[in-house]
Amino acid sequence: MTRMVRSQGLTPRFWRFEAMDRSAPVWVLTAAALGLLILLPLGWLGFMSVSGEGGITLDHYARVFTDLRLQKALWNTVVLAFWSGLAALAIGLPMAWLSARTDLPCKRVIKSLVMASFVTPPFLGAFAWVMLAGPNAGYLNKLYRSLTGAEGALVNIFTMPGLVFVVALYTFPYVYIMIVNTLELIASDLEEAASILGANHLWVALGITLPMVLPAILSGFILAVLQALALFGSPAILALPAGFHTITTQIWALFQYPPRVEMAAAFSVPLLLATALLLLVQKRLLGRRGYAAVGGKGQARRPIPLGFWRYPALLGCLAVLACAVFLPYGILAKAGFSRAWAQPFTWDNFTLANWSFTFLYSSTQAAIVNTLELGILTACVGAGLATLLAYIINRKLIVGHQLLAFLVLAPVVIPGVVLAVALFIAYTRPPFLLYGTLWILFVAYLTKEMPVGYSQSDATFRGIQPELEEAGRILGAGRLRVLYEITAPLARSGIIATWCFIFIGVIRELSASIILFTPNTKVISVVIFDLKEEGQFGAIAVLGLFMLVMTFATVVLMQTLLGRDVLGSRQSGG
Amino acid sequence: MTRILFVLNLIALSLALSAVPGFAQDARAEAAKKEGKVVWYTSLALPSAEKVAKLFEAAYPGIKVEVHRSGSQRILQQVMQELQANIKNVDVIHTSDAGHFVLLKEKKLLAKYTPAAVDGFPPGFKDKDGYYYGLRATVNVIAYNPKIVPAAEAPKTWKDLLDPKWKGKLVTAHPGYSGVIATHVLALVHLHGWDYWKQLAQNKLMLVQSAVDPAGVVASGERAVAVDGGDYYYYQMKKKGNPIETVYPKEGVPLVVSPTAIASFAPHPSAARLFTDFTFSRDVQQVLADSEGLYTGHPGVKYPADKPKMSELKLLTVDPEELEKRNEEIKARFVEFFGA
Repeated sequence: MTRMVRSQGLTPRFWRFEAMDRSAPVWVLTAAALGLLILLPLGWLGFMSVSGEGGITLDHYARVFTDLRLQKALWNTVVLAFWSGLAALAIGLPMAWLSARTDLPCKRVIKSLVMASFVTPPFLGAFAWVMLAGPNAGYLNKLYRSLTGAEGALVNIFTMPGLVFVVALYTFPYVYIMIVNTLELIASDLEEAASILGANHLWVALGITLPMVLPAILSGFILAVLQALALFGSPAILALPAGFHTITTQIWALFQYPPRVEMAAAFSVPLLLATALLLLVQKRLLGRRGYAAVGGKGQARRPIPLGFWRYPALLGCLAVLACAVFLPYGILAKAGFSRAWAQPFTWDNFTLANWSFTFLYSSTQAAIVNTLELGILTACVGAGLATLLAYIINRKLIVGHQLLAFLVLAPVVIPGVVLAVALFIAYTRPPFLLYGTLWILFVAYLTKEMPVGYSQSDATFRGIQPELEEAGRILGAGRLRVLYEITAPLARSGIIATWCFIFIGVIRELSASIILFTPNTKVISVVIFDLKEEGQFGAIAVLGLFMLVMTFATVVLMQTLLGRDVLGSRQSGG
Repeated sequence: MTRILFVLNLIALSLALSAVPGFAQDARAEAAKKEGKVVWYTSLALPSAEKVAKLFEAAYPGIKVEVHRSGSQRILQQVMQELQANIKNVDVIHTSDAGHFVLLKEKKLLAKYTPAAVDGFPPGFKDKDGYYYGLRATVNVIAYNPKIVPAAEAPKTWKDLLDPKWKGKLVTAHPGYSGVIATHVLALVHLHGWDYWKQLAQNKLMLVQSAVDPAGVVASGERAVAVDGGDYYYYQMKKKGNPIETVYPKEGVPLVVSPTAIASFAPHPSAARLFTDFTFSRDVQQVLADSEGLYTGHPGVKYPADKPKMSELKLLTVDPEELEKRNEEIKARFVEFFGA
């Protein structure tokens, strides 16, 4: 602050030139790092998919699109994604409306529980549902048989509908969050006008509210579909035992010995294009949000009284959350403390052996250390990088910042398995030999979490007006100093939230890790998957619970540090 | 209780081992201790593998065993992928697919090493060139849950499983994951042809991966009958009080001898040799037979009375070279019939 005040020629252009002078290398390097992070692997993926022994070839694509089994996997994925999206909508939409517009009791509890299902690793949910709804040994099916005396099963989780159900349980929060956020932004004048004119609540909801949130509904649907397309763990746990593949499990299978990496690459590209297309549609939908009613914060609105339906509605919400949270967590806890998970929970069946076995297993210990290291490292670097990028893009610091904004969000369309295939190809050869080290997982996680981190940071910087920064600049501080001394403290809570989101995302990651790990670089999710393949239910339950505890500790930490509800602040998921 | 027994067992064994003169204190042990650890890629069921590792660590304090347990096929995949990326991590490779060792030997990835105690082992447990030796053996059996299927109605032969009455009630492990199962599939192809598998698939089997997993599936009652799987794990599960009965079909039971070998590029060669000798010692082989229910090649090992002797069984054997050659065919056709 003691420097000379520059008084002459404060044109914006001069400012920008000045900025180039001192801090430009930082911005350019950040941008270059991002470019390298994303373009290098995708370039390799594209190249590998057309490379044959005699140069460029389309053979791999030809095989992908003529092989009946691969086509079936493709079709299964389409079916899974579409129905999961629809089911997520069917669950998320009414719950969102109830939370945002009505006098539903216990709204905060409902929101927290949706948050819980949002952060639950989907593969853990799928695993728990094996124990809940396996056609014969599943807990719920046994209960059903003993209550009704029936022979068959109520639900068979090892089917496509079963898979859709479980996937929807953990993707509906995307729809819910999207719609709750929009509903809270929409002024309720129109709804009230309609009420005054004599329309009943249902009519208002269907005739006025629904059309206004339609873009958010469609966009939530697309987000859910994107999630379902990219999932690896749930289909691996529920579809493989039933004898069918999805794209992601098929790509993983192509990696088994002898690996057919070119085929995996060629099979990855359609999935990549599909997700890119969906995201494009979503952007179009949101971009066209021309409704005058959306955008301004509405005045205080009176919640719609549900009357008689208050408690049935609450019960409905709780039933969904029981399926997503209570039942799976309960059965995991039971399995964690049982000798045999399918037997009644009696004193004879009680044991702590699963815990000692799990934590004494050398692979588990190493995996916990690896996971924590990766989680912390990725969260720190990721939050830093995302903050810098959001700053550069928001303040338009370099030429081509629009391109940067596109690049940083691009990984949203890259399913974890595809990203892993690309990274595997890119980093098992010079100049970057990262395979076999934790660094390749770090790069994978960083890339995968970049859109989430960026969205979070972007929202933060949008909320920080540039006046204070300008004041600092006028007083002679350089860009970097302003960023460090003024902007960063203001963005503090945003950065902490970014850190936590990335950390939670990393510790549950499975779909990229399963292709990139080596025995020395296992992470918890991979160990869980390994144990799953061997059928060690007790140990899986223990590790799963451990993972949940870590996740919820992070959430609680974040809520305490920030003193607010973090659910609404997340815009879109990766 | 079992844990206490295990600890006592461990103490007793380590005492026994340290009593053997020159066994624990030779120069090799010193060299191994300098290396500090041995990295073991193994397809032995995780609890059994962990037990062997803990026994070794108790016998040779200061040398850690890093157990990486996975399916045979996954282990081969890991070894190959690491090699491609020039990563040298594994010391001792142990899978249940003897074909792997033919392949690894051919690619010059194995070190020639003959463990101290294998002289008396039967020929089926030895590589003629001295690169790998059978650490343990198991046979594939049918297993059923007696709470669901009365003994009289249980399948007696492999062909019994083709009966449509078993539709939706069977579980199988996967040759794309497990060497025990890959061996089993080939053995039954010899016996009954690929048609057997094609027909079996009509019964809509549940697919799991590891050859030890069907035991859990049957014990929980999720499926009534397992059409394959290593008998040792069924034996262990039954010992723990799970409702499981095994059937040794009279057409013969596929024998799976699981070889072990030291990698030519092993980063801890002394520890690898020490560990290999240890696992072939009579004491450890006896542990494998006793508490793990495995068969071994060691002539001095005594078997539990509640398990059929290997000599009483009609064994179906598979030539490792053929297993290696037909590895891809086995996996591809299985997937063709069963879907995944």
